[in-house]
Amino acid sequence: MGSSWLQFVAGGLTSGAIYALVALGFAIVFNASGAINFAQGEFVMVGSMSAVTLLGLGLPLPVAVVLAIAAAAVVALIIERIAIAPARHAETVTLIIITIGVSLFLRGLAQLLWGTGVFRLPGFSGDEPIAVGNATILPQSLWVLGGAAVSVVLLATFYRRTLLGKAMLATSYNRLAAQLVGIDTRVVLFASFGLAAALGAIGGVLIAPIAFTSYDAGIMLGLKGFAAAMLGGLGSFAGAVAGGLLLGLLEGLGAGFVSSAYKDAIAFVVILAVLFFLPGGLLGTRHRDRV
Amino acid sequence: MGPAIATVSERVPARHWVASARSGGTLLLAAIVAFAPLVLPNNYAYDVAVQIALNAIVCVGLNLLIGYAGQISLGHAGFFALGGYGSAILATRFGVPVWVSLPATCAMVGALAWLVGRPTLRLKGHTLAMATLGLGVIISIAITTEDRLTGGPDGMAVPPLVLFGAAVQGERLWYWIAGALLVAAVWLSLNLIESPNGRALRALHGSEVAAQTLGIDAARFKLQVFTLSAVFAALAGALTAHYAGFITPVKSSFLHSVELVIMVVFGGMASVFGAVVGAAVLTVLPQLLTVLKDYEMMVFGAVLVATMVLFPQGIVPTLARRFGGRAR
Repeated sequence: MGSSWLQFVAGGLTSGAIYALVALGFAIVFNASGAINFAQGEFVMVGSMSAVTLLGLGLPLPVAVVLAIAAAAVVALIIERIAIAPARHAETVTLIIITIGVSLFLRGLAQLLWGTGVFRLPGFSGDEPIAVGNATILPQSLWVLGGAAVSVVLLATFYRRTLLGKAMLATSYNRLAAQLVGIDTRVVLFASFGLAAALGAIGGVLIAPIAFTSYDAGIMLGLKGFAAAMLGGLGSFAGAVAGGLLLGLLEGLGAGFVSSAYKDAIAFVVILAVLFFLPGGLLGTRHRDRV
Repeated sequence: MGPAIATVSERVPARHWVASARSGGTLLLAAIVAFAPLVLPNNYAYDVAVQIALNAIVCVGLNLLIGYAGQISLGHAGFFALGGYGSAILATRFGVPVWVSLPATCAMVGALAWLVGRPTLRLKGHTLAMATLGLGVIISIAITTEDRLTGGPDGMAVPPLVLFGAAVQGERLWYWIAGALLVAAVWLSLNLIESPNGRALRALHGSEVAAQTLGIDAARFKLQVFTLSAVFAALAGALTAHYAGFITPVKSSFLHSVELVIMVVFGGMASVFGAVVGAAVLTVLPQLLTVLKDYEMMVFGAVLVATMVLFPQGIVPTLARRFGGRAR
């Protein structure tokens, strides 16, 4: 009994770390544009699928991983220029629908490039499970948790120490005020897309050895990342991380002790409950309505 | 920014009734439905027409929500599939006659939408999108998992619609039923938009704060529209299932929800006829794209992005403005 607890918690935290990275991407774009970027999940997929392809070309794993993350960011930056920037004055609903269009386009493109097969990256340091008590943990789980933690720390440093990071933070507090002090919010929006995509792609390559990847792997990861962001409070970075970990944990325990068939539904049951009983999310107080 | 559409001030009292969108527009649509059979060459064309009409019913309802209430639903495929599965399950597993099971299912879906919408629509921003998305995914997973009731991923057979003791079969008969219901749905929606409630709804889209200061209960009107749109989706879903004689979980998928939203925004937000045109174009387009099956999703996505960037208001309102007419 004790060992299955540990097993489910470890599994849950591993998925939760990925949801946290995806949720951070949602928060970053939301803070820059006020819109939900439904293509966020697709960037996760672009990252992991590119890594598989680059590895297939004979590149060493670390190089393939770094290039794949960069590729996802570049794709996001191009898309921001073509599809998002021209419509940045449109209503939020319009922006959301544009991102849905982008996600369909990317998924269609991925299907064309890679087919409908399922791919997998090798574990970063082997696939030999580590015994912890009576539970076994894949070394890749440690990579996921460590990688996610490093990403979050780097992100926090970026926001605190760099001019662009500070500009992005200022824009998220008040876009008009940011413009008034001379911040180019177009650059902020541009950078936000690249940053969000890079975080998503990091999640994608980290989880690919465990969960595998395919052209449509981004749908569920994207939706759960959105749920995690809402759970923590949309726009809050700490909330995104907390929401992601909590969601993964609940999912791991729910799948283990309640029903594995309904594993994917658990996240959404939780989010519905939160919306009904705790509408601001766990840590989301910044965007409260003012009249 | 700026209010997308027709503002509250455009009441034109002296307008002749034929020229008004409500009566004239409904008459025009009725005429199109009545005379289209003159150019429909075969049963395949009738079949496409039936699908267009059924999709258009969903879109007309969804358009009220997206275009007029400014709220997005990413779970309408859930309501659509619940309509189909609900009516089918009541009829086959519980022996309820179809003419009872169909309206009963629509009422139940309406009640569900009301329950979900009541707490979420009081909140601002993206909560309805999240709630409907969550509900849709849960419905989809439940339909796929509860295979004793629903047949699981393979889907289930659905008995035919029975009216006045006779089974409704054949594309031509279905054409008239679906067409008549579409005209009724459009008429109902136009009435709602022209009603004081509708004007309130449009004021709401312009500025919710301003509308509230005028005493408009924003949440209540949004809830009405959301519930109505869910009932329309359930009705169309049930009819689609009885018409096809079969339903699979694909109808409940997130992608189907997205497809429905695409139809609405492509045709034109806040334009009832835009919703019909959007449903028509995007029902026919995949039929034409079957030769390009591999590119279908890419083309769909590209069309959606291009439409929203070039015509943020959708096709029908943009054209209507260009030719000086009124989009409604």
